[in-house]
Amino acid sequence: MQDVNWTALTVFVLLFGFITWLGFAAARWRKGDLDLLHEWGLGGRRFGTVVTWFLVGGDLYTAYTFIAVPALAFGAGAVAFFAVPYTIVIYPFLFLVFPRLWRVCHKRGYITAGDFVRGRFGNRWLALAVTITGIVATMPYIALQLVGIQVVVGALGISGTGLAADLPLIIAFLVLAAFTYSSGLRAPASIAIVKDILIYVTAFAAIIVIPIELGGFGKIFAAVPAKKILLAVPGPHTTGAYGAYATLALGSALALFLYPHSMTGILSASSGKAIRRNAAMLPGYSFMLGLLALFGFFAIAAGVDKLPEFAGGFKQFGNNFAVPALLLHSFPAWFVGIAFAAIGIGALVPAAIMSIAAANLYTRNIHREFINKNPTDKQEAQMAKWVSLIVKFGALVFILFVPTQYAIQLQLLGGIWVIQTLPAVMFGVFTRWFNSWALLLGWAGGTFAGTAMAVAAHLTPAYPLAVGGYTFPGYTAFYTLVLNLVIAIVLTPVFNMMNARRVPLDETLAADYQA
Amino acid sequence: MNGAQGRRDVWSWWHLLFVIQFVAVLWPPFYNRIEPLWLGLPFFYWYQMLWVIVSAVITAIVYFATRE
Repeated sequence: MQDVNWTALTVFVLLFGFITWLGFAAARWRKGDLDLLHEWGLGGRRFGTVVTWFLVGGDLYTAYTFIAVPALAFGAGAVAFFAVPYTIVIYPFLFLVFPRLWRVCHKRGYITAGDFVRGRFGNRWLALAVTITGIVATMPYIALQLVGIQVVVGALGISGTGLAADLPLIIAFLVLAAFTYSSGLRAPASIAIVKDILIYVTAFAAIIVIPIELGGFGKIFAAVPAKKILLAVPGPHTTGAYGAYATLALGSALALFLYPHSMTGILSASSGKAIRRNAAMLPGYSFMLGLLALFGFFAIAAGVDKLPEFAGGFKQFGNNFAVPALLLHSFPAWFVGIAFAAIGIGALVPAAIMSIAAANLYTRNIHREFINKNPTDKQEAQMAKWVSLIVKFGALVFILFVPTQYAIQLQLLGGIWVIQTLPAVMFGVFTRWFNSWALLLGWAGGTFAGTAMAVAAHLTPAYPLAVGGYTFPGYTAFYTLVLNLVIAIVLTPVFNMMNARRVPLDETLAADYQA
Repeated sequence: MNGAQGRRDVWSWWHLLFVIQFVAVLWPPFYNRIEPLWLGLPFFYWYQMLWVIVSAVITAIVYFATRE
């Protein structure tokens, strides 16, 4: 491992210190009573268009994304660019579905997807399925954020054995836990503004400076092996890499806003209008993500994996070390400090929101539904604060004691699981046509088939679906969502006939969804 | 809170504009090639980056056209 990079480390620590202060100070920002769950866990639904842009941007485009997407380009090539169509096609869904969901949640005091499903379909078991899916899918995602911190800390040259090696991560975790506990969603919202500015500065500096250093895009792509530059053209009787690329993009897009942390970010907006405006403004982050994906090719052209000073980093972190190595190779130490701080802080924002989202789900849809039905407001908020600590502690233990590969595989499964809540949540926003038990069985079928298919595909995202001599490799989450929908549609009339007299109450009204 | 306004955000013909970006970016045969290059960047990359901008413009158009 290389020596400690003191200049970069100093800048990194100073910026980290600043956001720590900011996280605590955020408690007094747009002040509200933090003993109320919607104040602690949704920032009082007071964030306007601009703050929502920073918050949701910081929430969805995570540090892990910024490490992993270029790492995929570095290792596998063109397929990594699916992140771009993915983050193009999500915004029509945000625009069409979520302002309606926001309005009904606002009018009925819902703070989670579980709350909405419970109210809409009157079925606590369907709500429980949505809740557990959300929590289980979120946990490995938090763990992966901590991986992002580990990589940049390693790249700063800090190494050790045993507890000393993990000390920076534990410190970062304690900071995160403390300001989330005390300030709730206001902490990541304020920190996101700082973090996003740092990320944009880094991305735009790098996209200008590095190609100049390397002699232009022409030279960069000349250095990339030809088969990495484009998708492989499919052979006969298969949709090959094309089908996989498109279904990965579409399936990931459909799954993204079902994650609890996305829901929390969106529901904290101050109006449906703020959400619609953001559907047009958030592609700013997609553009940056596309630029970052290109960094994987820059790293190939710079040959960072062949430089002796980075050998240790690649050995420890694999391709995830490509971007840190590229930044170290291309920039002066003080700027590396800024860039690494952007990634490190970029991990804290989504980790905080994810833990808050999981805590909201547990508190509202498990504890209040099944354990203590009539908590006081203060008890409810207190419970959520404790659960947010437990969730983060679980993620930390996971990352310290379990190989990183498991977190990545669980996160892959998480995407397949969370998409199964789409019919209840997204279709539920528009229609009550579905029978809730049919939705529950669709969810179960999709979850079971998705898990089995993912295992059969050796925990890679694409499953080679074979139909009559043709093969359609595609994203498992997408295929199993189709199965889920078919089950729900076929069984809805069946269940409706079985208990036509006992249709559970829909507590929401048509007017609740309207502006 | 009146019904006519509410219905308009459920459906508007303007929403069909969104279909364009789905077709443009979810059909790789359109863009899985190197030529034409732009600033040395293969078509595959700059085409998709361009669509990020176009899709944002489309969303803005739909926003202003369907504004309450």
